[in-house]
Amino acid sequence: MTGEPLPLWIEILVAALLLLSALFTLVAAWGVVRLKDFFQRMHPPALVYTWSAWCVTFASIAYFSAQSHGLQLHVWLIIILLSITVPVTTVLLSRAALFRGRRHEGREALPPALQPRQPTPSDSTDFQAK
Amino acid sequence: MSPLLSGVITLTLSAYGVAALLALWRVLRGPAAQDRVLALDLIYAIGMLTALVVGIRYASSMYFEAALLIALFGFVSSAAMAKFLLRGEVIE
Repeated sequence: MTGEPLPLWIEILVAALLLLSALFTLVAAWGVVRLKDFFQRMHPPALVYTWSAWCVTFASIAYFSAQSHGLQLHVWLIIILLSITVPVTTVLLSRAALFRGRRHEGREALPPALQPRQPTPSDSTDFQAK
Repeated sequence: MSPLLSGVITLTLSAYGVAALLALWRVLRGPAAQDRVLALDLIYAIGMLTALVVGIRYASSMYFEAALLIALFGFVSSAAMAKFLLRGEVIE
């Protein structure tokens, strides 16, 4: 496959980064399956978009750089692309979830921090006092 | 390819496969449409990582372009589906 063997520390570095990315991907998928609410389930994929993608990118850069005896930085484009596009998708999806939760399922679909504030008795007395 | 790196790559790819199956379970089961879109986006990301790791395995830089394309299509499809869930139209 490859011409000459790579130095051992490059192989260990690449292997460690790949194992780390596999671990983070498994944790993220398990979180997507396991968490209860959509607004909780939005968080685990961020592990894949940041930790896993960065680890695989650095592993790829290290491997191809050691193989060609020069810096090969083209894989860097992957994490640049991800860091631009992922926030857009996340914001669109969370707004869609908020909108649909309000329209279809009533207030129970929203997490407690996003519930519209209920008027309390002290509010009404303040209003009457004015 | 040394046995160390080859074994680690096999392990990583199988972990990606398990993660993609877990996300596929969420796509099939997900109570709401936004859950399915989220899990599908995660599957796209896992597929992109798989292409990168296979590129390391075969020491070829062509898989990098495939990974770039997968990332782009994943963004476009997820954004289009989220926009459709938001308004009922993709482009208004």
